[in-house]
This record gives sequence, C-alpha cells and structure tokens, in this order.
Amino acid sequence: MHPVSLCNVGKVYRLGAVEVPALSDITLDIRRGVFTVISGPSGSGKTTLLNLIGCIDTPDQGEIRVAGRAVQSMPDDELSDFRARHIGFIFQSFNLIPVLSAYENIEYPLHLAKVGAAERRRRVQALLEAVGLESRRNNLPAQLSGGQRQRVAIARALATAPGLVLADEPTANLDSQTGAEIIALMRRMQREQDVSFVFSSHDPQVHAEADDVIFIRDGRIVGVELKREVAREVVREGALEVQGERS
Amino acid sequence: MNTWFLAWRNLLRNRRRSLTTLLAMVIGLVAILIFGGYRSNILYGTQTGFVQQTGHLQIQRKGYFLDGGDNPTAYGIAGYEGLLARLRQDPQLAPMLVIATPTLQLGGIAGNFSGGVSRSVMATGLIPEDRNRMLEWNDYGVISYAQPLPLVGAPGDAVLVGMGVARKLKLCALLESADCVPVGQPAAGEGAGVPDDVAALSALEGSARATSAENRIEMLAATARGAPNVASLNVIKASNMGIKALDDVYMAMHLAQAQRLIYGTATPQVTAILIQLRHTEQIPAARQRLAELLAESGQEGLEVLDFDTLNPTYRQTNEFMDSMFGFIALLIGVIVLFTIGNTMSTAVVERTAEIGTLRAMGLRRSGIRRLFLCEALQLGLIGAAIGVLTALAVAYAINHSGWSWTPPGYAYAYLILVRVGEDLPLLAGSVTGIIAVTLLSAWWPARRAARWVIVDALRHA
Ligand SMILES: Nc1ncnc2c1ncn2[C@@H]1O[C@H](COP(=O)(O)OP(=O)(O)OP(=O)(O)O)[C@@H](O)[C@H]1O
Ligand SMILES: [Mg+2]
Repeated sequence: MHPVSLCNVGKVYRLGAVEVPALSDITLDIRRGVFTVISGPSGSGKTTLLNLIGCIDTPDQGEIRVAGRAVQSMPDDELSDFRARHIGFIFQSFNLIPVLSAYENIEYPLHLAKVGAAERRRRVQALLEAVGLESRRNNLPAQLSGGQRQRVAIARALATAPGLVLADEPTANLDSQTGAEIIALMRRMQREQDVSFVFSSHDPQVHAEADDVIFIRDGRIVGVELKREVAREVVREGALEVQGERS
Repeated sequence: MNTWFLAWRNLLRNRRRSLTTLLAMVIGLVAILIFGGYRSNILYGTQTGFVQQTGHLQIQRKGYFLDGGDNPTAYGIAGYEGLLARLRQDPQLAPMLVIATPTLQLGGIAGNFSGGVSRSVMATGLIPEDRNRMLEWNDYGVISYAQPLPLVGAPGDAVLVGMGVARKLKLCALLESADCVPVGQPAAGEGAGVPDDVAALSALEGSARATSAENRIEMLAATARGAPNVASLNVIKASNMGIKALDDVYMAMHLAQAQRLIYGTATPQVTAILIQLRHTEQIPAARQRLAELLAESGQEGLEVLDFDTLNPTYRQTNEFMDSMFGFIALLIGVIVLFTIGNTMSTAVVERTAEIGTLRAMGLRRSGIRRLFLCEALQLGLIGAAIGVLTALAVAYAINHSGWSWTPPGYAYAYLILVRVGEDLPLLAGSVTGIIAVTLLSAWWPARRAARWVIVDALRHA
C-alpha cells in the first residue's frame, strides 16, 4: 500500500468566468519511506498538489487515496482526525503557534491525537534533542531564528509519528546554508523515523537529496526520476505510474 | 495544553486589546449592578415599609378593599377573635406567622372645637404592641424609617395624628412650627368655642375630661346604627407620615377606643385582620392555608388580600423600576455585545493563518469554534469578576456617602443606597447575562473562523 496514490486528479481555480487549470490529470503513487521532491517552476501547481495530498483541499476530478483511505468521501471531522493521525505539515512560513513555546508547539499535535501526558513528554523531549533545540525549549517562536523555527516545525510535523510528512517549500524563507541544514535535517529525520516525506521545491540543488523527484509544469507531471535501489524495486513493481511524461 | 490554555495565552498576547474589552465590560456591568442595586434598594425598601404597615396578607370582608372605604360598619368582621385564635393556633400557619392582629378603620371628623377648627380624618384602631412588633420586620436588612407607636402603655383615649392633621387642628404644642397660631388666639374670622350641638353630644358620651387641654380633640363618627357619636381624645404625638396625602388625614388610636366609637356597647367588630409572615416568599403557602381555615371557620364572605394588592404603588414602582432596569440592561448589553464582537472579529482576522495551520494539523471546526468561544468566555469571566468587585466597591462608596433625596410626594428625604452585595439574584443574573452576551458576541466570529477554507486561510501566512 502506498502512502499516497492519485488517479487522474485535476484541479481548476475559477476566477469569475476565467478557469485556471492548476492541475490536470495527475496520476502518481508516492512510495513508502522515501524522500520525494515535487519540482517545478513557480505557478506550476506544487502547492496545489501538496494541498490535495494533505487532505486540506479537494480535487475537481479524480481520486486520492492517503494511507489506503479514499479521503474525498470523508466528512470534515473525520478528515480532521485523519490528518491529525496520519499527516504532518511543514510550512514555508513555519506557521508555529505564536503564543506557544517551542516545546508546546511540538506538543500540540500530540494533544490533538489525544496522546497521554507521559508519552507526550517523552516524545517532545526526544524530538527537541533530535532537532538540536533542547536549550530553546521555552522560547516563543518570536524568540527563535528562522532556521530554529523550521526545526521546531519539523519536530512538530513528526510528533505524532505520521506516515506522511508534507513540506511546501520549507527552505524558501531561509538563507541557502540554513536551507541546506534544514534539508539535511529533514533527510535524517525521514530516515530515522521511516516516514514518507513529500516536499516541493524549485531549487535544483535539493533534488540531489531526494530519492524520487517528480517534475511538474503547468499542472502536469512532466517527468519522474527514481533514484537508488528503491527505484528498481518500484519500477519492477510498476508502482509509480507516470502520465503525461515528456521527459 | 488544552483549548482553555491556548485561549488564555492568546488573551495575554493581546493584552491591550483584552484590557480595553474588559474595561467596556466592567463599566457596563458596574452600571447595571449599581442601577440594579438602586432599584433593589427601592423595591425592598418599599416592600419592607408596606409589610411593616399592612402586613403580608389581610383578611377582609369581600368588597371592603374596593368599596368599603370608611364605612366600617357595612364590612365588619364579627367574631374576629375566634378567627384570630384559630389562625394563631393552627400548626401549619403558626410557624409562618410573625403576628396576626385586628384593625378597625374608620372615617370621621376630628375637631379642636375650642379652636374652631375641624377636619376629616382616616383613623385606624389598632393594638399598638402588635403594630410595633410588625414594624420590626426587616427581612431584607434595609434601612427602616419606622418609628414605634408611642401608644403602648398610653391611656385609652390617646391618639396619634399626622403632622398635617395636627397643623390643621392647631395643635401647636405638637408642632415645632413658628407660624402655628395656638388655640385661644383664633385667627381673624374664625369662630371660637365648641358648637352647642357637638358639646351636647360630647356630654352624652359621658366625657368628663376638660377640653381646655391644648392637645385634646373631639372625634365625631357615625356608629354602626347610623347615629353620630363623639369621643374626646388626647393627641399625644404628631408624626410625619412621609407621604403628604396620608400625613393630612392620619390618626391612630387603641382598637378598643375605635370600637367604642363605632359599636358602642354592641359586640365589637374589625375591618381587617393583618397577617405578617416571617418571609414574603411564604405568601402562597400562607394564603392557601388561610383559605382552608376560613372555610373551616364557617366565616362567610371573607377574602384574603396580599400586600401587593393592598398597596398598588408597590406594584407600580416595581413595574417602573423593572422597565427602567430592562432598558438600561438592554442598552449596555448591546454595547458590550458589539465591543466583544469587534474584539473577537479582529482576533479572527489577525489569526487567519494560525486558524488554517491548526485546521491542517487536524483541529476540527468545532475546535476552532471552541477556541474563540473559550477566549470570549475567559474575558467574560474576568470581566464579570472585576465588574462585580468594582460594583461592590462603588456601592460601598455610595452607601457611605450620605447622599439623600426626597421622592416625589414624600415629606422627608431618603438616603440613596444601593443593594448590590445583598441582592444575589441581581448579581447572579447580571453575571450570567454578561457572560451570555460575551459568548453570543463571540459566536459569529468563532463560527466564521471555523468555516474558513483551510487553504485560503493558509495563504494569509
Ligand atoms: N486560490 C487561487 N485562485 C486562483 N488561482 C490559483 C489559486 N491558487 C493557485 N492558483 C493558480 O494555480 C496555479 C498553481 O498554483 P500553485 O500555488 O499550486 O503553484 P506553485 O507551484 O506552488 O507556485 P510557487 O512556486 O510560486 O509557490 C497557478 O497558476 C496559480 O495562479
Ligand atoms: Mg507554492
């Protein structure tokens, strides 16, 4: 079972009478336990695609399955609970809760997932150490640097040990060195926690870090790059279907 | 780190806005509580006054209250003593009873005939010990203006009158007024001496007392048989009755004296039995028991009236105060509603991206709603707490300031007092009201926040 599979997914934005096709005919499977980058120029539909995968937006066509569940048919409350358990989000602007400390921000999703107090403490502590912010645990987001904030955000996204973590241009607001550190951290965490990471970027540099790269342009998949040994496995299984490939 | 905690942090984040919102609530609540306390003081004050004077319930002959007026003979209650004994001994009624006492109301003409002056009066025959006991009723702890009747222990012919009566009858010794022209120096144009016919009647009644004493007056009334009767009375005190209309006609005398005047040697009757209960809330229970007792006693044609009916001004004051209070409360409620609504709307707009983030992380719509309602509720609770404390402090200041005013138609000034701390229903009602208004005003912003489309909200980051 793939953490994410999309079948003929399309999304159209309507601005008055004008229809903007943001995504067309997307069919793809994200492989389990890999680091997938969605790459494309600005306006190509990366954010739209991640929103659909993250179950915070709905497609106009096609079917989306996350963790094996057909998410489109879920009622809103059920979908909220589903996100709380299965999906972690990392945002470009960090989106930490400004009134909560680093510790509390990481702890928040555990509350949503109704994890007990002792377990919460254990997990937050471990994550703080893993992202190297043990000494900043009581700082509010405003008292942290951009890189530190994104570290907190990464820890927060991983707190409930979700099967899938989505990051929409997580390094866009950071300088290149910090960005590289963040990518490295995400890469390390992805390996350690064995989660499927999907993240968007138009920075060709980060492709090097990825297992899989999906290239999109004008809302269509224009290419797929499967790397390392996992690639063979997937190709053999025929799991990753790519349509509209123009390479 | 539940919703309550997150809401609290958010309130602290916007300290200034939270404080201005609180200030609006506190001012509103203080205004409501102070006016409510003022209303409460007037209502409990008037209620206490009426209960002291008329009791909670009165047993009267049917129609007496509306039509009886000063015609006691047509509406007398015969055998009232048996009835009284029955009431006082009833195991159900007795524990509720402070006192049950008979009274005889009569109209007549009081004259200081030596001074050539007379006026009609409304006299009450009463048992002074019982009445003084009634005047002690103060279930709500208000300031009581009641003065005990000095009739206790006074001779049988002693009477009390209102200042107005004393003035008209030129009982200058009882007045401290310099412009009173005493009897014996009649004002120009007024005749002197007791008219012959009245003097004759007085003699018939067998009054041997001298009429030259300065405070001695004659009271002329119609007996039960329709004949005129006169009593020679000794005015021992003139008091200010508060309300001028009453002050000008008031007279009180021993019940026996009143009965002698109306019934002569026949079996005496009374016009009403006054019943004072320990607590006003006991009226329905007492009424019900009274109805049963009246039926058992075989007394026919009697009815039981409560103080509310006996004193229409009480109900009118009540209604007036209620409408004023309602208007002020509504006005303040609307202001608070919009103030908090505005605060919450601003908060919702400011935190759009945060709402999107929380929703993406899996907080349900209801969770967002709860978050903002929680903030409003916390504001409401803090505002209510500060408001109540401030109102109590303001009330204390007012109550110790010695301000007073003379209500229209009253003959003396009342202290301006507010009953805030003593009026639990007022406190509870206002606090509940302000919290309800707070939640109501946060409802729409909270709902709007909960309905944000997640991706749209996230774009605000
Ligand atoms: N809310 C919207 N209303 C209308 N059009 C939209 C909306 N959101 C996105 N679009 C359009 O959909 C297309 C894809 O947008 P999207 O944000 O997914 O691109 P992106 O790849 O994330 O770009 P960027 O790298 O600049 O973030 C664009 O043409 C954009 O103009
Ligand atoms: Mg984007």
